Amino acid sequence: MSTRPGVLAETFASLRKDPLGMLGLVIVVVVLLASIFASQLAPHDPLDVNVYNRLQSPTWQHWLGTDQLGRDVLSRVLFGGRIALKVALVAISVSLSAGLLLGMLAGFGPTWLDRLLVVCFDTLRSFPTIMFALAIVALIGPSLNTVIGVIIITSIPVYARIVRTQTQALRNQDFVLAERAMGASTARILRDHILPNIAAPLLILASMDVPAVVGMEAGLSFLGLGVNPPTPSWGSILNDGYSYLRNSPWPIIAGGIPLILVTLGFTFFGESLRDILDPKLRKKGGAS
Amino acid sequence: MTAPVLDIRDLSVSYDTDRGLLRALRNINIPISPGRIVGIVGESGCGKSTLISAIIRLLAPNAQIDGGSILFKENDLLALDPEAMRALRGVEISMVFQDPMTSLNPVMTIGRQMTDIQYRDNRSKAEKLARATRLLERVGIADPAEQLNRYPHHLSGGMRQRVAIAMALMTEPALLIADEPTTALDATLEVQIIHRLQQLQRDFGCAILFISHHLGVIAELCDEVVVMYAGEIVESGATRDVFLTPRHPYTRKLLECDPARIEKATRNLPVIAGKLPDLVDLPDGCVFRTRCDVSIELCASERPPLEGGDHCTACHVTGQ
Repeated sequence: MSTRPGVLAETFASLRKDPLGMLGLVIVVVVLLASIFASQLAPHDPLDVNVYNRLQSPTWQHWLGTDQLGRDVLSRVLFGGRIALKVALVAISVSLSAGLLLGMLAGFGPTWLDRLLVVCFDTLRSFPTIMFALAIVALIGPSLNTVIGVIIITSIPVYARIVRTQTQALRNQDFVLAERAMGASTARILRDHILPNIAAPLLILASMDVPAVVGMEAGLSFLGLGVNPPTPSWGSILNDGYSYLRNSPWPIIAGGIPLILVTLGFTFFGESLRDILDPKLRKKGGAS
Repeated sequence: MTAPVLDIRDLSVSYDTDRGLLRALRNINIPISPGRIVGIVGESGCGKSTLISAIIRLLAPNAQIDGGSILFKENDLLALDPEAMRALRGVEISMVFQDPMTSLNPVMTIGRQMTDIQYRDNRSKAEKLARATRLLERVGIADPAEQLNRYPHHLSGGMRQRVAIAMALMTEPALLIADEPTTALDATLEVQIIHRLQQLQRDFGCAILFISHHLGVIAELCDEVVVMYAGEIVESGATRDVFLTPRHPYTRKLLECDPARIEKATRNLPVIAGKLPDLVDLPDGCVFRTRCDVSIELCASERPPLEGGDHCTACHVTGQ
């Protein structure tokens, strides 16, 4: 939280002592920068078709080779990263916020509201995600927004349930009772006392969820249920490459490696954050 | 005598349980004069916590008030709307809790919690911090400005309880409710906190309602004492009178059980035989009858009234 001066600096100092966490952070930063500056970094237009140069192995002109339509794979991977991170960012921030709100309502509100919301969460979670996605796509057609929507709807219950449990555990803590006895309103208790106490675990969870969401987008795009061609996505690069695997392995390699990197990077980073922010492990003396 | 700052009149509270109505408090009368320290003593389950919750109107959802009134500065707290009640809490009525390890927010610095609690005042942040520093100093915390930047887990239990007391006194309340504030602390700290509370009471002039099951602490701190048993008051009066000449058999036994009074080495600490009566299915007559060794026939049929002027007792045998 920005309201706690020095926490960011302290977290970063602890992170530097953890080589895996640091590696994760480096990967995360590299992937983020590569996606943000995709248009500057990409050597070619990712949509530029040149069938004479199809399925080439890496050359100085095409570092990661070309696909079955002669498009530059490196450029497509860079732009695919943009799509992947956009989906992750939008889907996770929306579902996190909604989950936070609903979870706190369920955890702090009256019992009937809690029961109602929990039934809704469980109903949503009882669908296998891919089946749910297939149904939605069949209804409204594949697009980037559909992917984001599906991920949001299936992630809200996950966040909401965690927030609910944490809120329930906190609402009976003495310091919340003390705040009440001191005349604090419910809104104030939720904002100043419950939220900061559940923020750290939620942020860690969110960072660990990035690979899941990126993988989900890639999966749906691979199945042809996500981003529409010719827009590059890691999943569609994999799908294109898979059909021509016997001719050239390069598109598959180029589409797979960033997925693996993102997964490792965010997982290492998230785990390291968890170790640092866990209050039980953070009992160093002295003012912070 | 001046008008009491808090006047609990004929208060009865019960809980709606699966087994039926649990009558946790029955006809409680406690007047607290301004600037006095009143102790409530009794074993677990006698209704101490219910009484506090009723005063600050934070009773469990299944609790109901069956009758009586709680007059605070001549306004009935039980008749106030929730907003008006909330405005009183933390301003006119403050509270200190039992366990200082859990009564502070673990993710906020002491300074932030102490300034946050002043949100109702239109002061600058610097002024609020200065006030927090002054209060920490008054509760006996060394180097208060430094402590403001610390998190609760950096502080010891005694320090945290001092912080909690400082926070409760921040608005100079007319009434401070202390719910076993020293139970979680060790004996030396307990004495320190008690003396500090006495000092603060003299400085701030607030009345204190002090809940404890530690007789020594009550004797040391309180002007008046109320002995509760199974949801009723069995004896009340000036601390001196009650401790020197206890009248109710329960009070007598309670005093006999105080480990501080045991003179001979013994393997077995004295206990009061028997257990609390079932509050769902109350027996007729005196509630203490089944554990009492002086009970007479009348005790089984008729509930003894609490009478006796300044030193009241509810007992047919020893009351007169």
